[in-house]
Amino acid sequence: MAVTAQAPGGPQNIDLREPPSWRRTKNRLMTVLMVLAFVITIVPLGFVLVTVIAKGASVISWQFLTSGIPPNVLPANVGGMGPAIVGTLEITALATVISVPLGVLGAIYINEYGGKGILARIVRFMSDVMTGVPSIIMGLFIFTLWTLHFQYSGLGGALALACLMLPIIIRSSEEMLKLVPDALRQGSYALGASKARVTVTVVLPAAIGGIVSGALLAVARAAGETAPLLFVIGIVTSVNKNVFSGPTTSLPSQIFQNATQPYTGAQARGWGAALTLVVIAFIFMITARLVTARFAKYSS
Amino acid sequence: MEESQQDVVTKAERMAGTEPLIRQPAVAAGTGNVIFDVRDMAVYYGAFKAVTDVTMPIYENEITAFIGSSGSGKSTVLRAFNRMNDLIPGARVEGEMYYRGATLYGKDVSPIAVRRRIGMVFQKPNPFPKSIYDNVAYGPRINGERNKKKLDEIVERSLRAAALWDEVKNRLKMSGLALSGGQAQRLCIARTIAVEPDVVLMDEPASALDPISTGAIEDLMRELKSRYTIVIVTHNMQQATRVSDRTAFFYVLTDSKSDTRTGVLVEYGPTKQIFEDPRDPRTQAYVTGRMG
Repeated sequence: MAVTAQAPGGPQNIDLREPPSWRRTKNRLMTVLMVLAFVITIVPLGFVLVTVIAKGASVISWQFLTSGIPPNVLPANVGGMGPAIVGTLEITALATVISVPLGVLGAIYINEYGGKGILARIVRFMSDVMTGVPSIIMGLFIFTLWTLHFQYSGLGGALALACLMLPIIIRSSEEMLKLVPDALRQGSYALGASKARVTVTVVLPAAIGGIVSGALLAVARAAGETAPLLFVIGIVTSVNKNVFSGPTTSLPSQIFQNATQPYTGAQARGWGAALTLVVIAFIFMITARLVTARFAKYSS
Repeated sequence: MEESQQDVVTKAERMAGTEPLIRQPAVAAGTGNVIFDVRDMAVYYGAFKAVTDVTMPIYENEITAFIGSSGSGKSTVLRAFNRMNDLIPGARVEGEMYYRGATLYGKDVSPIAVRRRIGMVFQKPNPFPKSIYDNVAYGPRINGERNKKKLDEIVERSLRAAALWDEVKNRLKMSGLALSGGQAQRLCIARTIAVEPDVVLMDEPASALDPISTGAIEDLMRELKSRYTIVIVTHNMQQATRVSDRTAFFYVLTDSKSDTRTGVLVEYGPTKQIFEDPRDPRTQAYVTGRMG
């Protein structure tokens, strides 16, 4: 159908349709490719979630979340993962307390103070290198530096996790600080604010949403790490409330431990631990979203 | 104090006498006191000389406009008045700049103290991502004002002075970023005058605004003139004629040998005379629209 327009000078026949072209074909092809890529990404994620929920949900109960870890041979309805949950929360919390202030302050230094200076460049380069270090190497590092001298402890695990989280937090915070428009800094300087004031009262509030959500994503990632904890926290079956001394345990360690057992009870507890861990990570992600939304109140 | 100011004025007048293109009006529009005295100033960015040979007095309670084409160093000179150029790595100022008789670039002069007295409004409105109230209260707060009642007073007074109070008085808790361009710029002006500065520098404050908002900002400047000294950079010559008492014309010199461009102050005098009877042919070409 030809599109016609009634021009003042009389009717004219103008065809406004796009002629069939290679551009159109390309457009269709690329759209299909993108949808396909999305499906390929989402399907394994769906399978993982479905499997973990299907196999783990049946063992989850209040008793599972609070009781001690029973011997492997006992059936699934006995005992639970209490010590591992406590251990994971303790170790992750301590790792957060260590790494978030260091990471955020480091990022502030790199972006606001260091500039193109040599020290800032070194810190930036090192945190890039640190991001690429395999997590088990971090575990070994803390093992030789800490565990060999001070025995197994939750603190050792927290140190290893903090080493993993630190570069992520530095880089994500730096990106957020970079996004703060220079015009805001200038506006603050023009009112007679010192550099520290500008940073604390304008730059940080403007970036805080992104910084917090970046930090929470690092926490969620660290909570699921197994490798760095393997040889620094030991393994126990009852709750160790003291995170600073004595062996403890964590959900990832227990998943690893139970999944390698031939007993169905232990395997079921492993799935239960997996589901618990997924839920904990999920809670962190949701919190990150909520925090970002909360801090975005004045940014639009 | 009175005596030293008088001294500065006579010096400036003497200097103006030796420099034919810088003339004094018979009757001053403001108090007639010199607030800034600039002598042989040059600004460098690293090895690059951005602007040179600037010698001019700025008078109290007047509006002084800087005009000239892009790259002629207007903004650079303006930013030298409250040491904003210090924030650019490699920038440095040569020559002498006096503010009420005190040297601006002395060794023990704190840029922070300078900026508390000499405020600045930028080309693009830059409200902080905070509430309207917190935007205006920001300056007083960093100066140590914590009293809620006093802050309320300052916020209302500043917003009234910036002709924004009636539009925002019922939504002071709303984000400053939700305002329109003209309102945001008036918020930035309110924020600047909340610290009761002595001088307000404006770097093309209306160039991002529509004609109605521009008119509002210009009315505002005329009102603020009685209490503040205003220096404004503008690309809009009509704006300069509408608001300013005195105009300085900057011109960019191109060195073809080294391919560098340096701004210079060509002519400075009462606005009426700069536009109606310019002495320098370059000024004449610019204000009549034959150049730039």
